[in-house]
Amino acid sequence: MKLTLKIWRQKNATSKGAFMTYKMDDVAPEMSFLEMLDALNKKLVEGSNEPVAFDHDCREGICGSCGMYINGHPHGPVPAVTTCLLSMRYFKDGDTVWIEPWRAKPFPVIKDLIVDRSAFDKIQSAGGFISINTGAAPEANSIVVPRKDSDNAFDSAVCIGCGACVAACKNASAMLFVSAKISQFALLPQGRVEAKERVRAMVDKMDELGFGNCSNTGACEAECPKQIKITNIARLNREFYKAF
Amino acid sequence: MGTLNSKIPDGPLSQKWTKYKASVKLVNPANKKKLEIIVIGTGLSGAGAASALGELGYSVKNFCYQDSPRRAHSVAAQGGINAAKNYQNDGDSIYRLFYDMIKGGDYRAREANVYRAAEVSNQVIDHYTALGVPFARDYGGTLDTRSFGGVQVSRTFYAKGQTGQQCLLGCYSSLNRQIKKGSVVMYPRREMLDLVIIDGKARGIIARNLITGEIERHSAHAVVLATGGYGTIYYMSTLAVNSNASAAWKAHKKGAFFANPSFLQIHPTCVPQLNQFQSKLTLMSESLRNDGRIWVPKVKGDKRPSNSIPEDERDYYLERRYPAFGNLVPRDVASRAAKERCDAGYGVGETGLAVNLDFRDSIKKQGKKAIENKYGNLFDMYKTITGIDPYEEPMMIYPAGHYTMGGLWVNYELMTTVKGLYAIGESNFSDHGANRLGASSLMQAAGDGYFILPNTISNYLADEIRVAKISTDRPEFEETEKAATWRLEKLISINGKQTASSFHKRLGKIMWDYCGMIRNEEGLKKALTLISDLKTEFWSDLKVTGTIKEMNPELEKAGRVADYIEFASLLVTDALERRESCGAHFREEFQTPDGEAQRNDEEFAYVAAWEYAGEDNPHILHKEELKFEEVEMKVRSYK
Repeated sequence: MKLTLKIWRQKNATSKGAFMTYKMDDVAPEMSFLEMLDALNKKLVEGSNEPVAFDHDCREGICGSCGMYINGHPHGPVPAVTTCLLSMRYFKDGDTVWIEPWRAKPFPVIKDLIVDRSAFDKIQSAGGFISINTGAAPEANSIVVPRKDSDNAFDSAVCIGCGACVAACKNASAMLFVSAKISQFALLPQGRVEAKERVRAMVDKMDELGFGNCSNTGACEAECPKQIKITNIARLNREFYKAF
Repeated sequence: MGTLNSKIPDGPLSQKWTKYKASVKLVNPANKKKLEIIVIGTGLSGAGAASALGELGYSVKNFCYQDSPRRAHSVAAQGGINAAKNYQNDGDSIYRLFYDMIKGGDYRAREANVYRAAEVSNQVIDHYTALGVPFARDYGGTLDTRSFGGVQVSRTFYAKGQTGQQCLLGCYSSLNRQIKKGSVVMYPRREMLDLVIIDGKARGIIARNLITGEIERHSAHAVVLATGGYGTIYYMSTLAVNSNASAAWKAHKKGAFFANPSFLQIHPTCVPQLNQFQSKLTLMSESLRNDGRIWVPKVKGDKRPSNSIPEDERDYYLERRYPAFGNLVPRDVASRAAKERCDAGYGVGETGLAVNLDFRDSIKKQGKKAIENKYGNLFDMYKTITGIDPYEEPMMIYPAGHYTMGGLWVNYELMTTVKGLYAIGESNFSDHGANRLGASSLMQAAGDGYFILPNTISNYLADEIRVAKISTDRPEFEETEKAATWRLEKLISINGKQTASSFHKRLGKIMWDYCGMIRNEEGLKKALTLISDLKTEFWSDLKVTGTIKEMNPELEKAGRVADYIEFASLLVTDALERRESCGAHFREEFQTPDGEAQRNDEEFAYVAAWEYAGEDNPHILHKEELKFEEVEMKVRSYK
């Protein structure tokens, strides 16, 4: 199929960016979205033009590297997939596809579609851990966790840290991201010990880094490729109130 | 370089590690802070080591090429992590786990290391659980396990089909705690370009900042490589597309021997290639073989839809050939059996390069809900990629390059042949012999990082406490940086016509065709010629856009492919030299009359450790004889 791509190009963090238009003549429906961009880049490089820079690695939807706005949706129009697993069979011959980087103040553009998400790492190192030294752990089965709690903790823990929730939110809020980690640990007895310190430290860091607050529009949940639920945010709020 | 000294402690196998720890030299807590350690990689082994070393008080610098340590490819491991807990009361023990690994590795792994890996496996599970890793649990609240290929006990701990992700995020959380404390400084988006050696010891690295393109010097008292495997040498594999062997290869060229490079595992259950632009082959966890039955039609070229082929016209070839293990035979056996059926014309799908993995019977027996609970995310992923619903139709699968048992040669302390340079996790060679059993890679990587290296590295660092912070103004840093920069400039200056990826693709095809699941002398020799021709073409027709001093993914790729082309020759040479079939290394000339691998213990019960002898000279082979004191070398049979 033939596609027209409108891609945001930006040399570096300080330069001004703009949309550029590229024509693709031979896109196969079996391709993934990133393979389609690979094909574009091959053409660009062979013609001595600079290829489009984008983050990607595992290409199976688990590392969280990839992420771009595609036709107004983080990771594109199909729910519950990352960009790398988005199949081109969802596009039609003649389509125009708009491709942009995440747009959020705490995620400055580095180049083209690549943004700096180190703010997420900073939030995690503020408190996203259980303080236990290697070698100090008790026998694993001495910690008994009801299966339901453990399953719920798992459902929160599957966040891949891609940043789609922040990009989707009109407030650039990181509440879904933060609440996923808070919930995982809040649901497990291992995490209760430091629950208060953790939630305060992570929320403080989130605010300090310029992420906005949650105003319950639910865009984050709708766009999350891992279907992290907004109920995590409710739990985050409860944990936060309890921490004072 | 002298002869190999594996430094295996004396005494009975089960006492070696205890004895070693009791007698190892220690570093005084006050001195630890003054000692700097560089760790390259943030997967289960790298992030584990960085956190554990930070907890001990060392000053750690941790590097990764991704934008965050949470992206390391351990994240993609699906099925599980083994431990000898014997929670199922099914006769498991440290000894049995050790034995299964030795046997599964086809008697080409080092006994002492394997026993130790089994020994620390239980601590790994304890530690992850304490870190809040949400492993699957039984209704009573205790941890659940499942079985995995190649064994007859249930010892695999799991978190749905995302065990690697959950374990990695556990490591990432412990790493974050140390980052907050300041004991670990994180350097993301950095690529190691070379190793700096001063007076015969690893003392630092040259790295490139992947955002600015700046070349950086980092010094330390010791360097730890936790850089993973080299499965992407096949271009398409189950690995993350940016995974590479460059750090290990650079270390090799600086004196670290490379062991058993030809031992590459081909994973039997992957989504087959669907189009010519495809960039990777997605793994479908081996755990699926617990409930899925593998089959092809009994009639050659039967192109009917799989669901309309009646029961008596289906050939469950694994159950037929290996009644004792059935669909749970080890990976190498399952992979070759699939290739054999497809080559013989029984493959399914449009290309005929696929076999069925069918859940019909399990869904009938256990219900859809039970299957969904176990494999839901894998089924979803399969459907996302292929558009086919595996609850309704069988999955189509085919083998793909996956894990590399080979790696940098290390002694019992996980030190390479370069003093002060360590290799842990998949980047070393020591624990999986010629074939890795499922769910033992997470186990080994975590064990190496959290529990083994932090104990062995003090034996070296105890003698380094008088060495002050190493200046990066030393001429050795200067020279290494100059050489690294020169190479990058050279890659850009070729200004030919072909992209790095297109060379990578061609290299991958050579490797897959001649050094993949089945190898023979003629093919391997042909591969050597083809690789050498490709190398010439690469250095005369490569096209890299942009400059060094900026973010430049094309340049990154070019450097990695250049290293892979060099490494490929060594890999093929190793495969050629090993005139036997063992584990994943199947030489056509050496098979039993019924087509099973034929080992040659008389001549090849050794680790092939290759020494780099310069650009224009052949590698020098050193042999570490494998002595089996505890187990008897037997024919590995799963029949």
